[in-house]
Amino acid sequence: MSKLGQAQPDLGAKILETERRRAAFWRSQFVAVWLVILAGLVAFVLFTIKLDARFLTSVIPFIIGGAGVTILVSAIAIALAIVLAGLGALGRLSRNPAANSIASFYVSLVRGTPLLLQILFIYLALPQAGLVLDAFVCGVIALGFNYGAYMTEIFRAGIQAVPHGQTEAAESLGMTGRTAFVRIIAPQAFRIVTPAIGNDFIAMLKDSSLVSVIGVQELLWKAQVAGRPTYQSMQTLIIAALVYWVMTLVFSYFQSRIERRMATADRSQGGPR
Amino acid sequence: MSAATATGGAGIPAHVVHPAEVPGALVKPGAEPILKATAIEKWFGTNHVLKGCSMTVFPGETITILGRSGSGKSTFLRCVNFLEEPSAGVVDIDGIRVAGDPLRPRSKKVREQIRLLRLQAGMVFQEFNLFPHLSVIGNLLEAPLHVKKMHKAEATELAESYLEKVGLIDKRDEYPSRLSGGQRQRVAIARALTMQPKIMLFDEPTSALDPSLVGEVLKVMESLAHEGRTMIVVTHEMSFAKEAADRVYFMEEGEFVEIGPSEQVIANPRDERTRSFLKRFLAV
Repeated sequence: MSKLGQAQPDLGAKILETERRRAAFWRSQFVAVWLVILAGLVAFVLFTIKLDARFLTSVIPFIIGGAGVTILVSAIAIALAIVLAGLGALGRLSRNPAANSIASFYVSLVRGTPLLLQILFIYLALPQAGLVLDAFVCGVIALGFNYGAYMTEIFRAGIQAVPHGQTEAAESLGMTGRTAFVRIIAPQAFRIVTPAIGNDFIAMLKDSSLVSVIGVQELLWKAQVAGRPTYQSMQTLIIAALVYWVMTLVFSYFQSRIERRMATADRSQGGPR
Repeated sequence: MSAATATGGAGIPAHVVHPAEVPGALVKPGAEPILKATAIEKWFGTNHVLKGCSMTVFPGETITILGRSGSGKSTFLRCVNFLEEPSAGVVDIDGIRVAGDPLRPRSKKVREQIRLLRLQAGMVFQEFNLFPHLSVIGNLLEAPLHVKKMHKAEATELAESYLEKVGLIDKRDEYPSRLSGGQRQRVAIARALTMQPKIMLFDEPTSALDPSLVGEVLKVMESLAHEGRTMIVVTHEMSFAKEAADRVYFMEEGEFVEIGPSEQVIANPRDERTRSFLKRFLAV
């Protein structure tokens, strides 16, 4: 045994070195495939269409200008969704049959119908009932209501994920159910669902493109408008796609940073005993 | 509040003090009982877990409840502050009296009465249940500030004095996740004490702890017992029961089968079931 150990005193270091080399090789292959796919796409575009520099320089700022509206629509809608989801989750967890029933009806109806239909309904159908709203407002409301329904279930799960012992500790200290929820349960539940809210915001950046159909002048709407007159939709749609992609990457980066910070934050009851 | 409205009317048995329930050494002569738990019953579904358990505790006494796992010790303790509502029976802590009656409607008034009862009792849990999003001092201040509406300066002074007592004033601004289990449990004890309850309830406070950390928690509990704090402790720590407790209640299948001074019950049990439990327990 000891003889074998003496034969290769630096075996541990050698294994580490080999593992590192393999990992580096794997990564370089991974990146290479990405680059090949990208190069293929670029080549396809260049062979298919003629790039007109003058057209591009005029159209790029116009399309990118829509990104601001996209972010604005998504941000307001996610705020509305958070409020609705908070109320919805409270309703779904309520012992009051009316509150519970209203909340589950809302979730069922919204999740059971297409988002595009909901957008069109608010913009096209509500005027028949005498309610005429600005397209931007309609888009925000539709997205907020839709995401609020999905987030209701996330919030409910988040509240239920707070250990029951927390409620018992709060009650044993004489807190009412309301105080216990506001001071003890909700803050912990909010930390649990924060990553999910971030995911939903990133998803909404892309789903907000649906409001282009009612004429909200966001990223996709601008790309369509810019490309259509001269039949250069491939150029403009690719520009829009790149902008969406970059926005997703940027927000995903912030999202992962927040998640990492939350993971190290003092919130677990685990650890040494 | 009259007894009739608090207990929901007739059919509630009067409290009977067991012959073995004589006031302990630290009880002032002539003191009235501070806790009267009368004929507590608990059903979980069709499972009869507590079969009419009564207990009398005088101010200044330390009580331990012993018994096998699943005998109903913790359930009884949780019935005392209505974390489990008794299926029948009455709990009276220093005049706040609530009857267990799951059949009555859960009115606001009943909920408030239960809340007042809970304010009389401080609870320490097996799993600590500290609030992870609050610092140590935040854990202690939460209820005094938001339940009792105390002034911050006054509450802080009180909280710090109890942190000092459990030996953790230097961890004042730490978060629970940075503490060891023993430290967490001591914070939990200080948190309960800061509400200045009439009686402290300990539900297996050392069972979730690494053996090397049990001692520091028991030491705090022993000092509380010697100070004359009223406490009920559900535990498997025989040494604590022997040294710190005035009286032992031995529970078996939902009944207190033996009640008596701790030395007598542990050293010289009368009941066959207590004897077999202790024999097996002390052999381990």
